[in-house]
Amino acid sequence: MSPTKVAPRLDVDELLDDPETKVIVCCGSGGVGKTTTSAALAVRAAERGRRAVVLTIDPAKRLAQALGLEQLDNAPGKVEAAGGDLHAMMLDMRRTFDEMVQAHAEPDRAEKILSNPFYQTISSSFSGTQEYMAMEKLGQLAATGEWDLIVVDTPPSRSALDFLDAPQRMSTFLDGRMIRLLTAPARAGGRGLLKIVGAGFSLFAKAVSTIIGGQLLADASAFVQAFDTMFGGFRERANATYQLLRSPGTAFVVVAAPEPDALREAAYFVDRLSEEEMPLAGLVLNRTHPALAPLSAAKARDAADGLRGAPLAAAVLRLHADRVDLAEREERLLARFTSAHPTVAVTEVPVVAEVADLDGLREIGERLATDRAATLTPERKLRSAR
Amino acid sequence: MTTTDWPAALSEARLHVVSGKGGTGKTTVAAALALALASGGRRTLLVEVEGRQGIAQLFDTPPLPYEERKIAVAPGGGEVRALAVDAEAALLEYFELFYRLGMAGRTLRRMGAIEFATTLAPGLRDVLLTGKVKECVTRKDRDGRPVYDAVVLDAPPTGRVVNFLDVTAAMADLAKSGPIHTQAKGVVQLLHSPLTAVHLVTLLEDLPVTETLETVDELVAAGMRPGAVIANQVRPQWLPDRSVAAAAGGRVDAERVRAGLASAGLDLPADVVDGLVAETVEHAQRVHAESAALARLDTEPTRPLPRLELPRLIEGVDLGALYELAEELTEQGVSVNAVPVA
Repeated sequence: MSPTKVAPRLDVDELLDDPETKVIVCCGSGGVGKTTTSAALAVRAAERGRRAVVLTIDPAKRLAQALGLEQLDNAPGKVEAAGGDLHAMMLDMRRTFDEMVQAHAEPDRAEKILSNPFYQTISSSFSGTQEYMAMEKLGQLAATGEWDLIVVDTPPSRSALDFLDAPQRMSTFLDGRMIRLLTAPARAGGRGLLKIVGAGFSLFAKAVSTIIGGQLLADASAFVQAFDTMFGGFRERANATYQLLRSPGTAFVVVAAPEPDALREAAYFVDRLSEEEMPLAGLVLNRTHPALAPLSAAKARDAADGLRGAPLAAAVLRLHADRVDLAEREERLLARFTSAHPTVAVTEVPVVAEVADLDGLREIGERLATDRAATLTPERKLRSAR
Repeated sequence: MTTTDWPAALSEARLHVVSGKGGTGKTTVAAALALALASGGRRTLLVEVEGRQGIAQLFDTPPLPYEERKIAVAPGGGEVRALAVDAEAALLEYFELFYRLGMAGRTLRRMGAIEFATTLAPGLRDVLLTGKVKECVTRKDRDGRPVYDAVVLDAPPTGRVVNFLDVTAAMADLAKSGPIHTQAKGVVQLLHSPLTAVHLVTLLEDLPVTETLETVDELVAAGMRPGAVIANQVRPQWLPDRSVAAAAGGRVDAERVRAGLASAGLDLPADVVDGLVAETVEHAQRVHAESAALARLDTEPTRPLPRLELPRLIEGVDLGALYELAEELTEQGVSVNAVPVA
């Protein structure tokens, strides 16, 4: 076998303790444990003395209960049971959007926007609204200056990249150019590219209105017009948040399960962060299954085959052999990631049963911060490799 | 394994929708299902709609275009074709067909106008995607035989799937007449008929099982038929049943383990035995959680759901593994009946 590169270690405590770390963004594809990781990081930071707040998105019921988030109130609440100064909140996408409209528009105009049927659609089901609102909320929390550290969970999506792309998509959408073209192509057009496709566009506008119906188009148009005046402030705000994400006080933590798909997504995201010059702290390889005893799978299976009249010992050997196989596969997957991204720091978090309370989050925090390489002596590693 | 297997009624279905919580392996299961249904000389189509090229990655082929392509030969001489449906391409297809946009179509797409139109009415996207799927299910060759014996749809995850399939609701966004409206009505009919089954992939863990059960209720409420629950990545249980509860509670007789190992010639130091015991406790906790999850699947739905099980493949899923999984499904009764000529 070729020598495998060893990833630098992500020192979680150093990251959490550094007063320069102001924002930690946890990203990753769906189902890898982002929300739990965010919560565990915030609990640990608070208990190590930082004034921390965690913004979660759609946490599982028990995790929400562990953080005292039984009610949605779209503002941070203190987690009394935590050892330090910890606040937690759950994003209410619709309310964040409503509040943003109210903050940016004159009362009567705001009323007009909020009651537009098209606003109802876009504020609840447009793909990207959740990401946009998560950013908006992050911007608001950062602006208060109340927190030493803000930990942000990102919306569940197939791709970790959605978090970076969605706000852009949304501003393009709300920008109004397209909707003006659709509702009044003659007035809006007339220059450059449009001139070339002018006729096609009128036809297109007609086709679209035939398909989606005149009413929706009229609502959408009224919405965008009403929105237009506040849009300057709106976009400025999104840009400010984007700059915050690029500032040195921000650290991105990419979470992945030891599975090919999740690691592939993590790799895309790491590349993208470096393109955008966004600061990456490292990779959390979540829910790994390291072998806890240095005995090779082949040796364990041989011994199990030879056992008579000791069913417990035989079962132990076979489950150990499976576990070694799994651990080796996970190590290979990580090694593949590391050879393509040798500078990305990594910490591994061995799997725990479902997290149901603060103690569960503390345990994850402990595992996040533990240097696994140091817990296995070189001699043990060597033996387990045989 | 106590699987309820595949009831005969499911072999009548021609559209198999596969959903599941993110991370449960729904794309893998959809692919294995398409292979299993194609075995014995049938032809199936595997469709994806989320623009993620999951099928191409799984079958290790270049990204799929918006075009049906043969991607695998099934056991016993069938074939699987694959299609990545893209809402924008589907919309352009309509425009070409009904409005003759010509060259302008492509330019409009480049400008983002097509994306804009599909974004404007979120329901339109879903209608376009399901519309294309319906067209594949109902397409016939010159002899009047359906081109595909079955179509397997790798659908959006459980959180979104009912919305996605509930075209009736999406139609509220759209004009009340015209070609897309007609198509949408056909989709509603197909999705609510016995020709469609919605299968749900789950892991035997608390959260995915909860989502599965919630989705079953949502499907029923929307007038659609839940198909089978497919428990994926099921791992072997090595501990005898009688030892599981105690071990899950941390009670493993380390001395008995040590003595047993010694009788096999393994004299291990105490810390190594401790490591093995710790692994045993974790194994027992997982087995315990899995049987609790299975019990929920058995008892919580108002009507029992057929259940299939697929093993966890330690080496991960490659093309060979897909055939293995397909064979597992075939052994559990997965098949499609021959379609009578209309």
